[in-house]
Amino acid sequence: MIVFRNVSKVYNMGGEQVRALWNANIHIKQGEFVAVVGPSGSGKSTLMNIVGCLDVASSGQYLLDGIPIDRYSEKQLAIVRNKKIGFIFQNFNLIQTMTAEENVELPLIYQGIGKNERKARVREALQKVDLYERRAHTPGQLSGGQQQRVAIARAMASKPSLFLADEPTGNLDQATGAQIMNMFRELHKQGNTIVLITHDDNVAKQAERSIRIMDGIVTETREDRAGS
Amino acid sequence: MIVFQSMKMAFSSIKSKKLRSFLTMLGIIIGVFALVVLVSLVSGATGSIKSAIDEIGTDMVIVDDETGRGVFSMEYLDELRELPSVDQVAPVVYTVDRLYGPHEEGISIVYGTTMELMSIQGLKVEYGRFIMKPDVDNHTNVVVISNATAVDLLGRENVVGETLSIGGRPYRIIGVLKQSSALANLIMYKYQVYIPITSAVRISDSGSLSAIPEVCFSGVDGDTSAVQQELEEELTNKFGSTEEFYIFNQSEISSAMDKITAALSLLLGGIAAISLLVGGIGIMNIMLVSVTERTREIGIRKAIGARPSIILLQFLIEAMTLSLIGCIIGLILSWLGIQVVNIIGNVDFSISIPVAMVAVIFSSGVGILFGLYPAKKAAAMKPIDALRYN
Repeated sequence: MIVFRNVSKVYNMGGEQVRALWNANIHIKQGEFVAVVGPSGSGKSTLMNIVGCLDVASSGQYLLDGIPIDRYSEKQLAIVRNKKIGFIFQNFNLIQTMTAEENVELPLIYQGIGKNERKARVREALQKVDLYERRAHTPGQLSGGQQQRVAIARAMASKPSLFLADEPTGNLDQATGAQIMNMFRELHKQGNTIVLITHDDNVAKQAERSIRIMDGIVTETREDRAGS
Repeated sequence: MIVFQSMKMAFSSIKSKKLRSFLTMLGIIIGVFALVVLVSLVSGATGSIKSAIDEIGTDMVIVDDETGRGVFSMEYLDELRELPSVDQVAPVVYTVDRLYGPHEEGISIVYGTTMELMSIQGLKVEYGRFIMKPDVDNHTNVVVISNATAVDLLGRENVVGETLSIGGRPYRIIGVLKQSSALANLIMYKYQVYIPITSAVRISDSGSLSAIPEVCFSGVDGDTSAVQQELEEELTNKFGSTEEFYIFNQSEISSAMDKITAALSLLLGGIAAISLLVGGIGIMNIMLVSVTERTREIGIRKAIGARPSIILLQFLIEAMTLSLIGCIIGLILSWLGIQVVNIIGNVDFSISIPVAMVAVIFSSGVGILFGLYPAKKAAAMKPIDALRYN
């Protein structure tokens, strides 16, 4: 499903090489719920960018669904992100000028899906996060938790093979955060693959297992932690 | 479908910043307005001047005797008529005299001429007939009057058969000319009457049948330049010097008008095109601001799978939409402006369709040209950097 083989990302900063990620080997199977845990500056953002096809590795091999994502062009990466990855961000990243419905619809437009199917999928996704009644609201008219649910609906609508969540509860209060985490568990139960990036061990505990990252070095924690 | 979506997005983005969009469009609006109105007015004005010139006759050559000795006699005119390029010849003796009608009186120019003048000058008779050979042969006191003369001095148009007094002598009206355009009236005398030349020499003190002051010529197949050339040759021999006569080819007026029209259209169109260009720079400026402001949005769009070409298209369409809406508003304002000119100036100008089309093409060109750089900048953004932008 997700396979990293000796993946490294090295930045050149003023002649000095910075190893943001070094020789990472990761295997994530389909249907797994995995947390990537590490403090800020540990390289987890770099890891997420590569997993999410927002960036390509300097060396090593990354296989997503068996497809090697090497030296992809911006266009090819965009297509992969569009079809295979559903992002959920810490700051929601909804387009402020668009309604909830339009935000959820956008990735489907980029996929070139016809209007009728688009509308049906948007409705289904918004109903699942219990926000269909608020579909005409813009992000500014929604609470943080509601915005994050719209973002989850946006990810769900494109039926991705991977949900990639970057500190999804970071900007939410505890009760709302718990609600969002429940949604991830629900998604997991339905058989979706989820990679959750967090600095918070309590959040990470809710995943099946954790991958730890520190100073660019990944240590895979094999033993399962019960998600519930 | 992506294009349609991009258009929808462009509209909502323009709508969400109404004032800014309007100010940006203003450059294009003013540019299109200037282009269309100026060029339409120039072509309208020169068009009506040209048709007025056509009314007074463009296909003729006029020769004036400047010797004062009297060179043109009726016999000599018969000789000139034999020149190969000459079609018709008409002598003109003119005098200014007072007309007394039952209704009003006025000063008029009185032309003494022959029947040939009608076809040379292209005069159109509305009622009755023009001067004919028997009128000239018999020295009859008959007169053909212009439409304005009939209406003003006799109170109505069809006054054939009535009598008009020229300087106290009664003349029977045998014809009334067609009404000339308002502009032709401006460049001609208001009152004009035509009498047989044989009758005219009796009241004129500036010409006789052996000393005709002015002669009008028409050319075979309308070729006036051949007539001019032949006459210059012939008359130089006759007069002994080119200083002794004045020759004027009336068709030069219309070719000069054509040149003036072309030059004016180019000049004014050029100025308007520069203002359109300035409008385009305004669009580029605002699009660059918009791209920077919406860096996050671009990042989000890219993260959820917008290809660079889609981002490019979106911003390009936005720039084009701005300039095309500006263009449409400019065209509407131009139309209104020309209507106002028509009402105030009592003229009948209309929007020049080719210029309107040039305006549309030019504004979309400006939209693409000046939208391309900001759109490319947006499309080239790295999604990770754009997402982190605050």
